[in-house]
Amino acid sequence: MKTLRALFRDRRFAIGAIVMLVLLVLALLSFRSPYDPTVWRLVPLDQPPSREHLLGTSSLGQDVFWVLTFAIRNSLVLALFSASISRIIALFVGLVAGYSGGIADRILMFITDGFIVLPLLLILVLLAMILQEHLNLVTMALLFGVMGWALDARFLRSQILSLREREFTYTAILSGNPTLKLIFNEYLLFVVPLTMATLIGNMMWVTGMEVTLAYLGLTDVTIPTLGTMLHFALNYQAVLLGIWWWIFTPIAAAVALFVALYLLSISISEYLDPRARIQRVGAR
Amino acid sequence: MRFVRRYLIPRLIQYVAVTVLGITMIFFIPRLMPVGPVEKAVAQIQARGTYSDPKAAEETVRALREMYGLDKGLFTQYVAFWRRLFTGDFGPSLVAFPTPVNQLIGESLPWTFGLLLTTTVLVFIIGNLTGGLAGHFRQSKVLQVLDAVVMIIAPMPYYIVALILIIAFAYIMPIFPVGGGYTIGAPLGFTWASITDVLRHAFLPALSLILLGAATTHQIMRLIVQGVNEEDYVRYARIGAVNERTIFFKYVMRNAMLPQITRFALGFAGLFSGALITEVVFAYPGIGFLAYRAILSSDYNVLMGITTLSIIALTTSTLLMDLLNPLFDPRIRLT
Repeated sequence: MKTLRALFRDRRFAIGAIVMLVLLVLALLSFRSPYDPTVWRLVPLDQPPSREHLLGTSSLGQDVFWVLTFAIRNSLVLALFSASISRIIALFVGLVAGYSGGIADRILMFITDGFIVLPLLLILVLLAMILQEHLNLVTMALLFGVMGWALDARFLRSQILSLREREFTYTAILSGNPTLKLIFNEYLLFVVPLTMATLIGNMMWVTGMEVTLAYLGLTDVTIPTLGTMLHFALNYQAVLLGIWWWIFTPIAAAVALFVALYLLSISISEYLDPRARIQRVGAR
Repeated sequence: MRFVRRYLIPRLIQYVAVTVLGITMIFFIPRLMPVGPVEKAVAQIQARGTYSDPKAAEETVRALREMYGLDKGLFTQYVAFWRRLFTGDFGPSLVAFPTPVNQLIGESLPWTFGLLLTTTVLVFIIGNLTGGLAGHFRQSKVLQVLDAVVMIIAPMPYYIVALILIIAFAYIMPIFPVGGGYTIGAPLGFTWASITDVLRHAFLPALSLILLGAATTHQIMRLIVQGVNEEDYVRYARIGAVNERTIFFKYVMRNAMLPQITRFALGFAGLFSGALITEVVFAYPGIGFLAYRAILSSDYNVLMGITTLSIIALTTSTLLMDLLNPLFDPRIRLT
């Protein structure tokens, strides 16, 4: 509770949390949707926003507002699921490399550096091109999860490296604690909050990649996500035809999601790094 | 030489290994799928063969089978792939058969290169300057507003910014063309009209890249400058009544630039993937748009060529930056 109050004192966190809450409410609304998002031609085409259709209707004959609720839900689920997978890999690699050091550290960091340097976007595009029809939410989450862990593994390793030199480590080792117990009981307390901060950053990356791949038409377009919404609006020339409510809705939702996640992530990581916190307050 | 043994050789080994690892990955993973990429292309050409000249399709399929040794094992295919790679040959395009992939890439490369070079340099200058000012003069209201704007721009994905720019400056206020690299039909050459035409087309893609790149650089630079401002030598200079201008340029900025130069290569990598997306949105005739057309027509060979080249380009630029670093920052000694 105290942590939350301290976080809310940061205006950026408050704004981010409120926007996120609105998006979550929208996502939950999808459970009460009167329309099936995968069926076309349920409502009159290309209607501007009205009381009946809050955000108008699309050229596919779908109610833009209710499709949006599904899109936000799917995009959030995908981001959370995929980011969790890559967090597990990053945490494992970071802990093992940081704690054991030596040859294991070298090998793991070698692989990590390799992943950092590779042009992941193009590799994902190449893989998505072959997977295409099979690229639903689950396979996409796995694919992004396997690809997006490297930078954070390096970050977590550096944190473990500094923890290993602290006194409580020696106290624990000298009092005869087994390694696993030390890691789980002592280190995880420090590392889990940091992992949460990287989780939000990674969710942004996943959402960005999903929208990019969908934008290129490489994912299963029957699943409503922010990316596929944008894909259809662009493919049906919503801009040229002046159906602005169709194209602006996914853009606005994506911008809101990105800004919210970003504000949350910077304010949480600043909160976790006391040096940055002191600098913000201005005290020395 | 201590430096060569302790640093250079391990670093070179890592460079080669990472490049090989990346290329091996993109070679094998697609082939582990139930339907291999070349088989998929073959099937597609065969399906198309019923519409077009069946003889030509048959020819393509046979050439592909022979080239990739589809009847032979995966390992033989892998060796053959490397052999062709070393001669700089990515094979023919599957769709525009038999145009070599090299030629297609060669035609698009200058566009991407020009766009990237200009934006990377401008991002570096603009981002560091505004970031440095914002970090140093933290009381200024104007710079605080700039910080807030940057905070909203920075997390946005490239295509969102690109789309917003298109909608704003090509549809609502049609100042700039919607897309393309030059007016179709107009002769390309070193005439005044031709150059301004190319620049006009490049403006919006470049702007979207610069906005995002500069926003990120701005934020990092602001943090670094805030850190440098707390250093003892800056405080000492201030107590010694060195004028604020000299402090800013000679004491703060010069020291804050060093880590930014290190980030230059990374920023280039980030801009590279950004440029690919931006080119697609603007239909700009560079590598990204070539990749996009390859995706639309499932031209695996073209995409494979582009990906392989990008892996080599990125690992090499990181290596060069790592090796050049001590030239800029005497504190880093590569041992």
